[in-house]
Amino acid sequence: MNQLTGALLALPVALWGTAAWAAEPGKAESALNMTAIIMFFIFVVVTLGITYWAAARTKSTKDFYAAGGGITGFQNGLAIAGDYMSAASFLGISSMVFARGYDGLIYSIGWLVGWPVILFLIAGQCRNLGRYTFADIVSYRLSQVPVRTMSAIGTLFTVIFYLIAQMVGAGQLIRTLFGLPYEYAVIVVGCLMVLYVAFGGMIATTWVQIIKAVLLLTGATFIALTALNHTGFNLELFFKTALESIKTSALADHKKIVADGKDFFAPGGLINDPVSAISLGLALMFGTAGLPHILMRFFTVPNAKEARKSVFYATGFIGYFYILTFIIGFGAVMMVSPNPQYMDAAKGVLAGGNNMAAIHLAHATGGDLFLGFISAVAFATILAVVSGLTLAGASAVSHDLFASAICGGNVNEVTEMRVSKISALVIGVIAIWLGIQFEKQNVAFMVGLAFAIAASANFPILLLSIHWKGLTTLGAVVGGALGLITTVTMVVLSKTVWVDVFGNKAALFPYKDPAIFSMTIAFLGCWLFSKLDFSERAKAEKARYEAQEVRCEIGIGIAEASKPRVLSVPGLPGSRESFFLYFPLFFFRRGWRRP
Amino acid sequence: MSTDSAEKELVKRITANPKYQELVAGRSCTQWVLSVVMLVIYFSFILVVAFAPKSLGTKISPDSIISVGIPFGVSVIVSAFILTGIYVYKANSKYDELVSQIKEDVK
Repeated sequence: MNQLTGALLALPVALWGTAAWAAEPGKAESALNMTAIIMFFIFVVVTLGITYWAAARTKSTKDFYAAGGGITGFQNGLAIAGDYMSAASFLGISSMVFARGYDGLIYSIGWLVGWPVILFLIAGQCRNLGRYTFADIVSYRLSQVPVRTMSAIGTLFTVIFYLIAQMVGAGQLIRTLFGLPYEYAVIVVGCLMVLYVAFGGMIATTWVQIIKAVLLLTGATFIALTALNHTGFNLELFFKTALESIKTSALADHKKIVADGKDFFAPGGLINDPVSAISLGLALMFGTAGLPHILMRFFTVPNAKEARKSVFYATGFIGYFYILTFIIGFGAVMMVSPNPQYMDAAKGVLAGGNNMAAIHLAHATGGDLFLGFISAVAFATILAVVSGLTLAGASAVSHDLFASAICGGNVNEVTEMRVSKISALVIGVIAIWLGIQFEKQNVAFMVGLAFAIAASANFPILLLSIHWKGLTTLGAVVGGALGLITTVTMVVLSKTVWVDVFGNKAALFPYKDPAIFSMTIAFLGCWLFSKLDFSERAKAEKARYEAQEVRCEIGIGIAEASKPRVLSVPGLPGSRESFFLYFPLFFFRRGWRRP
Repeated sequence: MSTDSAEKELVKRITANPKYQELVAGRSCTQWVLSVVMLVIYFSFILVVAFAPKSLGTKISPDSIISVGIPFGVSVIVSAFILTGIYVYKANSKYDELVSQIKEDVK
């Protein structure tokens, strides 16, 4: 606790230092930066206060990984939406709509339609079978060490690529918005996320996420409404004015659309062949279902019922948010592109880069104060998302690799949490370091890569372990590994990395999105190597499916298991499965109820 | 050892319960049917994007500037939300009722 107090005191000083530095240049811009910095500062103070509060409540691994199972479905829905509405989707999609019109909508739809599938096939089942990480579910009836190791590797790959993209995005965004140097921004983000995760665990991470989701939804609603109000809420006029603005726009993308005579309200050149379209669709849809930081959220609610409700709310919030980004994108076409103040006409881009459509629109609709607010929200968004990722990565290391794979489940809660906190710190340091290393690189492909890995390595083994009796350890490990390897290989050999990053002349793999191939290979691998597994172990694993299905459907022991702990884990004999199965059953059979 | 056999016995009693059969069959049917509905909606959208992008540019009425693609896209988003609503309603009322009955039976 003393450490946290020290850190809490040190941070404002550090931030103040950077703020003072930013104010130095002393132009009209610095006043603008100060609004954003002060608002962000308030957010940081409030969230660190929450972390302090959460730290006192984080006493066990259950508190640390799963917020004690005490989050309601509605709160969790907001938190899930918060995890999902990253700065990339807010700024990225609205800017894509701004620059390319209809194409932006295609992406946002893909990102949304994964949610119903998660709900139908994964959410409730996750809650009933798992405790802290998705590896709990996959290893429920399979062999602990290999399956957890495979799941943890899949988790870490997803987390690291997602983190790099977020860190680089944070640095560039904050340099533009706040006038802070790139490294400062990356370091501030890295330090804050480690503080939230290491001290406040899932409780702090969840509340940071909820606050940010509310701020972001409020801000985006305000921008969209003011933009619509500009044409008196007449949609016809709204789109018409936008289309008129394109004709005189200085933006290179707009000029190209006008010159080519393309339809701004129909799909353009973003996706031009069926294989790419389906492949992108698969990655967007099923990647969501394999994101470890999202899957973890299902363990923070008390039962499967609340887990399902949370997906319902999350789908509503995210869908609403994507409709807002669409309006914001067209609003920006209408109000930002005609205004030379927001354009870098010489380069044919938006001032501050092409991701700034929503930010400029915020200024156009709400002035300096609102611009400061939205900038602060964008910073807060990045911070909240990276915290969720860091917690997921740290949990994979401490819960799956350390406690289960290395120590065989014989480890006490205090040690496990300590390992998790140290892992969070290590992940933070790595993220800062990589964030700085990749400053000049094009990292846009990394979010796509994270989604493709999630869809091809994590999702197949998770889905099959729940729904297919025949899955064995061999099948899960080989299938997952094949999915991971093919995804990374295909992305490295594709144009996005081979040509754009390494500077080679031609791509060795013709498609940008590998999901259609890598997912097929992963599923085939799981199937084939499960079928070829004639071992005794495989037989026993298939025999355990029935008991797993009962638990999955009925949720026996789950409600009881998430009640106050009556056990201490240290020195527990026997395997993990028998522990988790036995005690809940014990209480269930004795008719044990909450006092 | 006793844990193991107690667990096996409980599993046996539950799986033998006709209500459990009804639950598993009903729920998995709902799950897969709704998943397929979502996949069909989404991939028909994606395939139209891939094969007939121009058709999405058709105007909703001759004197309108809004293309059919916009309401189509928005309705895919709305349909996703409605499908989750249907499942949550069914699972949290009908199936959860069955679950609690089964729990009562094996007590």
